[in-house]
Amino acid sequence: MTAAELSVMTLWAATTLYAIAMIAGAIHVSALAEVAPEERGSVRTRARGIARATTLVGLVMHAVGLVARGIEAGHTPWSNMYEYTITGSFVAVLVYMIFTRKRDGSWLGPLVTGLATIALGLGLAVLYGQSTGLRPALQSYWLVIHVSIAIISTGVFAVGFLIVVLQLLQKRRELDPERYTGRVWRMVAVAPDQKTLSSYAYRLHAVGFVLWTFTVMSGALWAEDAWGRFWGWDPKEVWSFVIWVIYAAYLHARATTGLNKAAPWIAIAGFVALIMNFTVVNYVFQGLHTYAGNS
Amino acid sequence: MARVRIDNYAYPDAPRLGVKGWLRWMWRQVTSMRVALVLLLVLAIAAIPGSVLPQDPQDPAAVRAFISENPFWGPFLDALGMFDVYGSAWFTAIYVLLFLSLIGCIVPRIGVYWRRLREPVPPMPRLLTRFSPAVAEVQSDVADASPRAVIESAGASLGSWRGYRTRVESEEGRASLVAEHEHVREAGNLLFHVALIWILVAVGASTLLTFRGQAIIVVGDSFANAVVSYDSFESGAWFDEGSLEPFTLTLDEFSADFSLAGLAEDFAATVTVTEPGQEPVAQVARVNEPIIVNGAKVYLQGNGYAPVLTVRDAAGAVVFSGAVPFLPQDSAYTSTGVVKVPDVTVGEQLGLEAVLYPSAVTDGETVLSIHPDDSNPLIVFTAYQGDLGLDEGIPQNVYVLDQTLLSPLRGDDGQQAVMSVAIGETVDLPEGAGSVTFEGLSRFAAFDLRKDPSLPYVLVGAVLALLGLSASLFAPRRRLYLLAENSGAPGAATVVTAGVSAPEHDADATEARDRLLAAATTPED
Ligand code: HEM
Repeated sequence: MTAAELSVMTLWAATTLYAIAMIAGAIHVSALAEVAPEERGSVRTRARGIARATTLVGLVMHAVGLVARGIEAGHTPWSNMYEYTITGSFVAVLVYMIFTRKRDGSWLGPLVTGLATIALGLGLAVLYGQSTGLRPALQSYWLVIHVSIAIISTGVFAVGFLIVVLQLLQKRRELDPERYTGRVWRMVAVAPDQKTLSSYAYRLHAVGFVLWTFTVMSGALWAEDAWGRFWGWDPKEVWSFVIWVIYAAYLHARATTGLNKAAPWIAIAGFVALIMNFTVVNYVFQGLHTYAGNS
Repeated sequence: MARVRIDNYAYPDAPRLGVKGWLRWMWRQVTSMRVALVLLLVLAIAAIPGSVLPQDPQDPAAVRAFISENPFWGPFLDALGMFDVYGSAWFTAIYVLLFLSLIGCIVPRIGVYWRRLREPVPPMPRLLTRFSPAVAEVQSDVADASPRAVIESAGASLGSWRGYRTRVESEEGRASLVAEHEHVREAGNLLFHVALIWILVAVGASTLLTFRGQAIIVVGDSFANAVVSYDSFESGAWFDEGSLEPFTLTLDEFSADFSLAGLAEDFAATVTVTEPGQEPVAQVARVNEPIIVNGAKVYLQGNGYAPVLTVRDAAGAVVFSGAVPFLPQDSAYTSTGVVKVPDVTVGEQLGLEAVLYPSAVTDGETVLSIHPDDSNPLIVFTAYQGDLGLDEGIPQNVYVLDQTLLSPLRGDDGQQAVMSVAIGETVDLPEGAGSVTFEGLSRFAAFDLRKDPSLPYVLVGAVLALLGLSASLFAPRRRLYLLAENSGAPGAATVVTAGVSAPEHDADATEARDRLLAAATTPED
């Protein structure tokens, strides 16, 4: 078996495991939704065990798939959209694992594994491309630094995004708990209250923002070496800047009483821009970064 | 942040503001957090069109094409500055306003910070109930259980290096400690915002002081660093042309490696740099590795083939001989070039328009290059006779033949003759105009030279911003309280209460409280 085959195989395995984890996790949450909040801590369903085990094994498979891809390509696997997707989803699951080390993250599990399933599945089915050599402009240690931090912050922002969406739902439910009593809303009720979610989201976005700041800066350093200018308003640079500014606005909104209400929406806008940056911007806009596409 | 009423005229009793009042009102608006937030979002949105539409500074040709293809929208968007978004008045207005807001926000905060730093830590609140208190006891049989000793050992455990400022008070039977950890975060935040201003100023200086020029050098040739030697040159308003260092750069060798599939793998230009009064130094420039000559950076920005051609005129005299850079047009290095021969001994001036196929294959009809390597170089060209238009004194593009005063050379069939010449061959021009010999194939490298004196300042600003930001976001903002009380009755235990106040997202706050409590209640050994 070649490294390429091994990579694709283990990544499909990870996709499947995440899908199982998502379903099992959702079953567990819906079981939690039916018991009183005080007793949730002691509920240990079978589904919970399955979700935890499949997530962990999925993550290991995912890691093997990434390493095999790197061996196949002969470099760190971060040079096109496919590689960006499989690595970014890995980071999201890893962030989740770290998040749940100290606290119970049952409520977050199905969301993260669901996101990872979609990202990996899309990556393998739509974006997959044979790895090629790196163009001279990409042969730089800045690639490793710049792109790895970009991917890590994307993974962190992705988890932050999920929490922010949940926060909005939770807030809505809390304002009128009598009205929102359907099954899904009861599952939402399993998550921490709106304020706690908001502070989790803030902490993740704070980490993401520092990493993104570093991404933009290291990108500028790389551009200085590769293209002879540290900033040139190339479409990719424009969007990195836009993302940075939006998340700065989110942090400002979070830090100001009276503007708190707007914060989750700004965070969502930031994530939309992040997704735009590596989909539409890659495919549609011409620029020096075009190798990031899937040629 | 207090919200300022905008509609103060709605209240009949409200005093009219007057000019000074209005200015103050405007300044308060500009420096409010709400406006800062709106400006940030507006800045984000305003930056987007520049990624969608072609931009003049990057790609003027695309802008011209866009305008001529869109007779209505083109000029309309042009009038709005949409083809130079980042230099437009409205984009500038947004970020200038944002930075005014930033300055107006940050300067008073620095003052407040400075004063706060020198004020004593606020005293212990009367009750700790609001500060998630935790209680423990120190029995009287340990070495020193007096409230004062308990507080002091806890205070010592905090250590000054952790960034706590403390206030210790003690009286008979009661001692307290307030430990405040707020200024690291605030200092980081101020540093970050100040660094942003610093970066903006440095980048502004950069556009004024920098120069950038491009020079195309054929292998074996030299380039002397002076404005006239550049193929293209641009510089900021404050750039002094006299400051160009008079060094020369000789391209000794150029190597290009391509994969079998024709993908570029490595480019390397070996150059010799000679600075006045110094020994020549050999250096290698690669795509990501500019060489640095006296503070100026020399980037390997492009490369291509330079066929060595000899042209003879109708009398058989050699009227042109040399390597001509051809500009690559595709990934297989199909390249176009122009030869201008003004000085013929007989007849009219000659001009050639040529296409080079480095790895030519042909099916009899069409020619194409299948690989960027020079496995089978072939030049296909047409020739012209007449006036090259070089005498007008207008600088001409060396890669374009101005055909207005030229007429094509025609073959026997009366059509414009299309000739091809392989390496080492000579072909005769029709109409007895002379001959062209393809002597050999050399390469050229295109270098960008740039000097940006503000670069180190930008870098320092970036590093400070990142440090400040990390402190601003990750340093805790918390206040710890510790109260030790002893009723004074014989054998009474000292009751120690610890409390903490911190924002919600500070998940480690209670841990810090417990650590302090533990430090107070476990005797030192
Ligand atoms: C150039 C654009 C700006 C950027 C990128 C920026 C970025 C940031 C960031 C990342 C934070 C940290 C937020 C946190 O602690 O959670 C922050 C905090 C803050 N910014 Fe800005 N800022 C900018 C402009 C401004 C302006 C114009 C003002 C004044 C109106 C301002 C006032 C503040 C204040 C008061 C805080 C502290 C919030 C707190 O932690 O309580 N900033 N800023």
